Amino acid sequence: MATPLALRLSERLEKTWEEPPGLGTWLDSVDHKKIGKHYIYTAFLFFTAGGIEALIMRAQLARPNERLLNPEAYNQLFSMHGITMIFFFVTPMLFGFGNYFVPLMIGARDMAFPRLNAFGYWIFLFAGIFMYSSFLIGRAPDDGWFNYVPIAGARFTPGLNIDYYTLGLAFLGISTTVGSVNFIVTIFKLRAPGMSIARLPLYVWAILATSFAVVFALPSLTIANVMLELDRRAGFNFFEVAKGGDVVLWQHLFWIFGHPDVYIIFLPAVGIVSTIIPAFTRRRIIGYVWLALATMATAIIGFGVWVHHMFAVGLPNLSMAFFSAASMLITIPSGVQIFAWIATIISGRPVFKTPMLFIMGFVFVFVMGGVTGVMFASVPFDQQITDSYFVVAHFHYVLFGGAVFPIFAAIHYWAPKMSGRMLHEGWGKVSFWLIFLGFNLTFFPMHIAGLLGMPRRIYTYHGGLGWDVWNLLSTIGGFVLAAGLLVVVLNFLWSLRAGAPAGSDPWGAPDLEWATSSPPPHYNFLEIPTVRSNTPLWDQPELREMGRRVHDLQRTMAEGHVTIGTTVVDAEPEAILPMPESTFVPVVTAIGVTGIFVGFLTLIYPVIVIGGAIAIGGLQAWVRPKEIVG
Amino acid sequence: MSSIEAPRGRALACTEPALIRGPAGLHRGKAPGWWGMVFLIATEAMFFTILLTSYWYLRFRHGPVWPPDGIAKPELFLVSVMTPILLVSSAPMHWAELGIKKGRIWQLRLGLALTFALGGTFLGLQAVEYLTKVKEFTPTTDVYGSLFFAITGFHGFHVFVGLLMNLWLQYYAGKRRFDAEHFLPVEVVTMYWHFVDAVWVFIFATIYLSPHLWP
Repeated sequence: MATPLALRLSERLEKTWEEPPGLGTWLDSVDHKKIGKHYIYTAFLFFTAGGIEALIMRAQLARPNERLLNPEAYNQLFSMHGITMIFFFVTPMLFGFGNYFVPLMIGARDMAFPRLNAFGYWIFLFAGIFMYSSFLIGRAPDDGWFNYVPIAGARFTPGLNIDYYTLGLAFLGISTTVGSVNFIVTIFKLRAPGMSIARLPLYVWAILATSFAVVFALPSLTIANVMLELDRRAGFNFFEVAKGGDVVLWQHLFWIFGHPDVYIIFLPAVGIVSTIIPAFTRRRIIGYVWLALATMATAIIGFGVWVHHMFAVGLPNLSMAFFSAASMLITIPSGVQIFAWIATIISGRPVFKTPMLFIMGFVFVFVMGGVTGVMFASVPFDQQITDSYFVVAHFHYVLFGGAVFPIFAAIHYWAPKMSGRMLHEGWGKVSFWLIFLGFNLTFFPMHIAGLLGMPRRIYTYHGGLGWDVWNLLSTIGGFVLAAGLLVVVLNFLWSLRAGAPAGSDPWGAPDLEWATSSPPPHYNFLEIPTVRSNTPLWDQPELREMGRRVHDLQRTMAEGHVTIGTTVVDAEPEAILPMPESTFVPVVTAIGVTGIFVGFLTLIYPVIVIGGAIAIGGLQAWVRPKEIVG
Repeated sequence: MSSIEAPRGRALACTEPALIRGPAGLHRGKAPGWWGMVFLIATEAMFFTILLTSYWYLRFRHGPVWPPDGIAKPELFLVSVMTPILLVSSAPMHWAELGIKKGRIWQLRLGLALTFALGGTFLGLQAVEYLTKVKEFTPTTDVYGSLFFAITGFHGFHVFVGLLMNLWLQYYAGKRRFDAEHFLPVEVVTMYWHFVDAVWVFIFATIYLSPHLWP
């Protein structure tokens, strides 16, 4: 039972932090937990869209000479499938979990910039709608997710397809960038007192590494898209060979972003793995420092390997040798991580509940993808096999294995914290096995089809080339996989109505998010704790009763709408930071920005002017200095 | 390494009464907004890095004659006037920031005005330069034209935004919204302005000087 003091203070905090109900809570919320959930739900909708695109393609490829789709429709589907999964599903999904759980895991009451957080979500949503509106006029991007010139230039793709791509991704980039800056500053400045850099949960390390990678990698994609758009619309010549431009420049710029992006996708997933394994093996993670270092090393080395996507372009041998070596080098931190996880599992007492099953699935699938990845680091092998289905198999093992399995582990692990209800364990296991078997049945045969010479991105093929049976297996696997995903959705919806109550800590996990109730109150923690361990809940018994008893009255800060700011390395308190109240300013500003991009797409200039005016008005309302009191 | 014991007294010393009872927003270290600007500038610096890298890439892929198509090497006189003007404009901005941190609103306003005059002159001279350049080549002429106008134009846009923020600060300085304890907007705009000046050094070296060094 809570003490009377704790009750009184929690009432007061609730009054300070709650947001007025109604439509407003959705549009004007700046609560990181609501925004995190919005990110997760929206990303799941895009996952569904991308999945449906994949199933349509698998139906087309089930038999030779199928006529379900024409070539142009197929081109649009595979392009949008890649764009959706990479840009509109995986990253926003992982940002959603980050939004919800980073402040909870570091013992803060919100993100460092709550309004910027809301703004980032709205930009993500509007950019997604912008990109998908291309289907309405039948002109979705159709040159693949890496959109090489010259085919993506105005001469070969004169329609709006590629303008949707260039503007849509530049638009989305705003969201990813502000989200990453927000994560970095939150992690630098808002950690609970005592959570020095050596006690940062590994998930938070991973989000930090990812955010740095975004800050330094994303500009390359944005600049490339701006250049391409200028070429297409304004007659610039960056990629125009006849006027001195160079088409390989696009490939460099794209992959200078694109390969770090693989780690932008993979690292937060790694953080999830390092979070779940200790909870389900009942022991501390082995090699905490090594894992943290490997996370940062991966993010950094990831900037030096982009040319391995271009081994077949005809670059000088010396540069290919360098990038081949770098590509092999980057397997070292990945290997360190894998061995640390395996050692933790072996030396612990693993409990194979659903989240842990998905983690085991991740280890298996990701190692498979890693093995084929090392093969691609070798130039002669790559030149033989590039642009075949072997590549498709490889990157689905890496991305589905490396990101989607951890995401589903996270859904089963963290949904009880978000909803207060447990998912059904039996159906969880069913969904895991369907997804695991369906995944392998879909993508393993693609290795073989690829080695037998089947090129990627063909809309159909002739019979009798030895590809038929492998394609049929892949298609069957795709539908089994989809069934497994459907079970997860149904299980989740069921849990919201009928799941067993989760309590504050259903898994006996070590991190701070389990110290507060499920779902957490608006203010997250009744008092901001002092952290003295990197597994705080296992080492500090007082944290278990944090919502019920007040240990340090000054840490409740119930008088204001504030959180504690601490120093970057040692997390010593240095400030009381006021937090903004809920506001419509972020959504209005995001609408203005949307206007600007719609204007550039349609070339209706008044729309740009109106959008710009709204955006500037929103910014002004946002940053206007307050009158100085006293 | 699993559990690192902290000096306990230090970790708890946090709940210093002065800190907790002080006015909300009181700071010893840098505010989150300051850090936010640092990383915004980091990503902006990457924009310029990528643009300049593209310039070098395209320049060396292009062959021996650069600029191509009979375009003359960039004229250095005007830019030799523009460059010091822009670089010097950082000084009054810095002085303005120092002033408001001591509560001198007049120093802030005067510094902002001087910076605005210098930055505005730079932008005006850039416009003059553009008027002569477009008679010789435009972005559509060839890849050199595209690079020249895209890179200098992107930078000029940053100067323009910096000038708008300068006016914005001037307006609120007039309304006394800043003092010795409330100066974060001044601090971050100053940081941005220094960045815009510093990046010009690299643009100047790449676009204007390098064609004279490599024939």
